[in-house]
Amino acid sequence: MQEPNILVVDDEGDFLETLMNRLKKRKIATAGCSSGEEALRLVKETPFDVVVLDIKMPGGMDGIQALREIKKIRPEAEVILLTGHASLETSMEGMQLGAYDYLLKPIKLEDLLEKLAQALERKGTAAHRAQSDAIRHLVKKT
Amino acid sequence: MIRNIYSKLQWKIIVLTLLVTFTPLLLLGVIIYRQFADMYTEKIKEQIRFRAESRADAVDLFLTERTAILGVIADTDSLLAMNEEADLAHKLTIMNQRAGAFVDLGIIDQNGQQTAYVGPYNLKGKNYYEQPWFGQVMSKGVYISDVYLGFRQAPHFIIAVRRQEQQKNWILRATIDPDIFSRIVQLGHIGKTGDAFLVNREGLLQTKPRFTGNILEPGPVNPVHFGKQTMSFEQTGSDQRQTLFAGTWLKAKDWLLVISGDVEADMAELFATRNMQILIIGLGIIAIVATTVFTTRMMVNQLVQTGTRMKEMDAQLVQSDKLAALGKMAAGVAHEINNPLAVILQKTGWLQDLLEEEEFQKSANSEEFKNSVKKIEEHVERARKVVHNMLGYARRMEPRLEDVDVNQTINQTVDLLENFARGNNIDIQTDLAGNLPIIAGDQAQLQQVVLNLMNNAIDAIGKDGTISVKSTAGKSEIRLTIADSGPGIPESLQKKIFDPFFTTKSTGKGTGLGLWISYSIIEKMGGTLSLQSREGEGATFTITLPIVQPAKK
Repeated sequence: MQEPNILVVDDEGDFLETLMNRLKKRKIATAGCSSGEEALRLVKETPFDVVVLDIKMPGGMDGIQALREIKKIRPEAEVILLTGHASLETSMEGMQLGAYDYLLKPIKLEDLLEKLAQALERKGTAAHRAQSDAIRHLVKKT
Repeated sequence: MIRNIYSKLQWKIIVLTLLVTFTPLLLLGVIIYRQFADMYTEKIKEQIRFRAESRADAVDLFLTERTAILGVIADTDSLLAMNEEADLAHKLTIMNQRAGAFVDLGIIDQNGQQTAYVGPYNLKGKNYYEQPWFGQVMSKGVYISDVYLGFRQAPHFIIAVRRQEQQKNWILRATIDPDIFSRIVQLGHIGKTGDAFLVNREGLLQTKPRFTGNILEPGPVNPVHFGKQTMSFEQTGSDQRQTLFAGTWLKAKDWLLVISGDVEADMAELFATRNMQILIIGLGIIAIVATTVFTTRMMVNQLVQTGTRMKEMDAQLVQSDKLAALGKMAAGVAHEINNPLAVILQKTGWLQDLLEEEEFQKSANSEEFKNSVKKIEEHVERARKVVHNMLGYARRMEPRLEDVDVNQTINQTVDLLENFARGNNIDIQTDLAGNLPIIAGDQAQLQQVVLNLMNNAIDAIGKDGTISVKSTAGKSEIRLTIADSGPGIPESLQKKIFDPFFTTKSTGKGTGLGLWISYSIIEKMGGTLSLQSREGEGATFTITLPIVQPAKK
């Protein structure tokens, strides 16, 4: 089975590293980066299925701007927003810009996996559905 | 304190208004009365003076007429004929028929001997040479005497004329009836209590006054005070009664004709007017005082009400401001806390992942590790909950506009809690208005508020009690009350009850955010959430929601 292409973007290094480790441990290979600019570069190179994007990244491009650019480059990529503060306006803006959904930090891994599964499922292809099911299976195990 | 200020203000307004009103009113009243009284008094004095003058003229006419008659009779007959008493009696009769008031008639020779006499007294042969009037007649020719007693020992006065006949003088003398004369003088009186009388130069009464005093007694006025002109003045008698006198000297005799009037009687009309004026002013004052007090009270009450309303509004504004500021701060704090929490949660997750691996499973402390990590996770969850609660229970912070059925919301919530309440012997009573309109709002958030309030009510009661939930529809708002039979909320806590993190529950049990969130939710829906409570009498939370028509679909 083809692995899903997932990118996690978060400026908090500890968070990003740990999350990626945990996903890797669950056999979900992910790419990661810590800024909007870097994320755009990666998106240009790789057709990611899902991008997990932190909204608030101080300095440089923030999540919303990155989202806008990502959607321009790869409209088919599903974006799950992460937000540490519950500002509805930004989350709503994100949704309007085409984000799939948003999650409030701190997130439980199961929640993220569930969202990933949903996002993949939404893409509709058989391959994606299989990926989605695999992830769901993981959630149950946890 | 505030009450006191308003009370002071009220009295200030009342005193000032009354002062400004009464001063000109009383001043005007006094001035008008004084003017009127002066005019009236002047009029009365003028009237009494006029009366005195006209009466004096009448009395003068009376005296001159009689003097003239005597003169004519004396001039037309000789002494010889005069001494015929039958003729003299006839003459007296004719004189009384023509003029009247003659009592007797006598002829006196130049030696003072009365040679003939007709009249009720036996005076023939009396000698008048020593009488003071005799000399006067002899020297002046015509004389009207003062009243005196004379031989008859009764007060009377005489008119006498002297006639010279063949170098001899004789006198025709007549006595005037003092009663008739008195009556003629008395005709000049005014009113019921007025009087009219004559006094001589010594102030002795010459006619009988209508009421007090007798002829030859000293009269009530001193003639020295009266000059040529008719004069009037007031005099206070021994009985403290004010009497007005007007006097005018007669022309025919040095007698003073006095008209007297009781000031009070004459001024009765004036006094009545004054009393009426006092009454009207008095009633006016009462009316003004009553109106002033009434309107001032009303005004001050209005002020008090406005003040209270403004204070309430201020308090609400302060509360809203406070909550808004706290909300902003909370959002900032939430972000700052959530990021480290996110890292901690991932790290503990990672630890758990690792602990699953075989090498750790073998470790003696494996269980201890697992437990510790689990505890960390639990407390991260607790912290997360606090932060999330702080920003609203739901992920959504802003209310979503949808159709809200308030009664349905209540019923759902009651269903949720009924079993638990029954377990604690708490009776939930609902009294829901059947005509509640569907409004635009956020049903989930409203349910959160109702749930929160009812949960609090159950917590407050503990065991055994009642919660009554009531909904009513007003013109522009829906009112929802949740009343519990719990211990009530002390007044000192009521102000803080909507503050975030304020809780009376034990640590860990309540976050102190429930009412704060409820307050903001209702506020965002355009309504109000308020508390009415008294210690020992339970607490009632009232929600009002504006009736906003849901959007048409």
